[in-house]
Amino acid sequence: MKKLICIFGILFLTSGLAFAQGIPGDELINNAKLYNGKIVSYKGEAIGEVMRRGDYAWVNIREGNTVLGIWLPFTLAKEIAYAGSYNVRGDIVEVTGVFNRACPEHGGDLDIHAQALRKIVSGKQVKEKLNPAKANQALILLGVLFLVWILTLFLRK
Amino acid sequence: MIVKPTLQDLKAIGFYLGKIILGLALTMIIPILIGLFAKEFNPALDFLISLEISLIIGLILVKVCYTERELNWMQGMIVVSLSWVVAMFLGAIPMYLSGHWLSYSDACFDSMSGFATTGLTLVQDLDHLSLAHNLWRHLIMFIGGQGIVIIALSFFVKGASGAFKLYVGEARDEKIMPNVVNTARFIWLVSIVYLVLGTLSLGIVGVLEGLRPASALFHGACIFMAAFDTGGFAPQSQNILYYHSFVFEIVTIVLIILGAINFKLHYHIWMGNRKEIRRNLESVTFFITVITAFSITAMGLAQTGIYSKAVLLFRKGFYQLISAHTGTGFQTIYAQQFTSEWNHLALVGIIVAMGLGGAVCSTTGAIKMLRIGIIFKAFVEDIKRIMLPERAIVVQKFHHIKEVFLEDKQVRSALLITLAFLILYGIGAGVGMFFGYPFANALFESTSAAANVGLSCGITSPSMPAGLKLTYILQMWAGRLEFMSVFTLIGFLITAVKGK
Repeated sequence: MKKLICIFGILFLTSGLAFAQGIPGDELINNAKLYNGKIVSYKGEAIGEVMRRGDYAWVNIREGNTVLGIWLPFTLAKEIAYAGSYNVRGDIVEVTGVFNRACPEHGGDLDIHAQALRKIVSGKQVKEKLNPAKANQALILLGVLFLVWILTLFLRK
Repeated sequence: MIVKPTLQDLKAIGFYLGKIILGLALTMIIPILIGLFAKEFNPALDFLISLEISLIIGLILVKVCYTERELNWMQGMIVVSLSWVVAMFLGAIPMYLSGHWLSYSDACFDSMSGFATTGLTLVQDLDHLSLAHNLWRHLIMFIGGQGIVIIALSFFVKGASGAFKLYVGEARDEKIMPNVVNTARFIWLVSIVYLVLGTLSLGIVGVLEGLRPASALFHGACIFMAAFDTGGFAPQSQNILYYHSFVFEIVTIVLIILGAINFKLHYHIWMGNRKEIRRNLESVTFFITVITAFSITAMGLAQTGIYSKAVLLFRKGFYQLISAHTGTGFQTIYAQQFTSEWNHLALVGIIVAMGLGGAVCSTTGAIKMLRIGIIFKAFVEDIKRIMLPERAIVVQKFHHIKEVFLEDKQVRSALLITLAFLILYGIGAGVGMFFGYPFANALFESTSAAANVGLSCGITSPSMPAGLKLTYILQMWAGRLEFMSVFTLIGFLITAVKGK
């Protein structure tokens, strides 16, 4: 039994599934050589837009201050309903796929070719509330500007 | 005896500075309209507040300092150097109000980086920034690329003599038209024509690559402004890598090369004189230095073995190289990869390219091709002098729009500016090392700031020391104005304190 566990353990560690737990984006970039060609799991907010390229698509996923490009089948990308922007909180998703330090298929990009995508938290549209302090400042300054303009009319050239 | 500046000096400086501020204020109407159109009301308010502050300051200066006198050389230089500082402070207000910059000084850093067309950034969560603010980041590059005072020259400044002094103060000494105001208008004409064509090209590529049409057009406009003005900002935090598109990279390469070309050369090409490209000293020097710097970078990258195929090495290596050489700062790799994946030899190629820059009278920074070409020609002349008989008369010529005889005055000027840039790169690197960064990284970032490039190897971040932020701001400012107007301002301040 112990032998069997050991064999499974070694197989697990060497099969490329060793990094299948969520890895921060910074860690992936800074140790790209280590993770190159391995299956990794990466979690974050989908941002920008889903860019369809035939049967596949590019999605950029942000984790902390790092955004990584994810290449995935369009059928998986369709799961993403919200991609983050000024007034949108994007879906939080977890992708699992092969990490490429310099992807030969995509011009040497550092990317992940996703094999699975799981939506963790659904995104939403964010309603913007007018900031009353800013509105007041704008009004006061408008008054000051008007006063200065009136005063300058009385100043002789 | 050092003479203290007179009241007339101060009035002339204040009056023209006021006019430039009014011109700058008017440009804030564009992001306000974008904000209202996109229903981004708080961002629109940020710009309204900034517009009002700018108008108040501009109006007061114009009225209090009213003068009918034309600028003299000293006043012109000071107006230019101060106008860039004032533009930085005013341009930073809407950025800071957005809440995407940790402090007003961080916003000032990005504002100077934008106006000076550098591209280094301290913005937080760029991917959630409003369209209005994002457009502003790129618009200030467009304004700064043409030259802040070009706006004033085009619309506000009467009198060719005063206008020429402002024009020269902004590191441009070549007149395309006989009249400097017409030259300024020609620069705008070229820029607007390319703006329309470039935005449409990038917009179409964006749609083909999967962006929504409206979004593609917005990205196209922003990327065009950053590309043609060799700025380097992009609407998303991954910079050009966001698009994952080879075609997008090709179009941006074309645009950044167009931006790095002398406006005078644009004029001759527009007039049908295409031979000028092959004959011009600047374009020939640019071609040679690109090949040389790329060879160094390519050798370095080949040693690392990171790119498994030559085509990948070329795509990544050449893009970063041409972006560096034109002073743009677009990246298709992550900043950390420069230090974690590329070796020092590859970095040397990029640093050399950054330090050299594009053409004079273009939107680029750094030493610039004409000066490199002149220095090279001077070397050739001196070698000829040694090799030929003593009685031989050695005459060296070069082609820059017309045949020009090489004079000692030109060589001296080229060498002085080159030396000043090298010292500036060195000072920034020294400050970087003082704050604990390795030499190669510190030199890379310093050259990028002083040459107004914007490539980063990871040093530039909101958490970097305040002293280093200030150093980079000063480098971007001095590098963009090519020293003379900055030195004049320093001299002016000294005379104001010590003069009698």
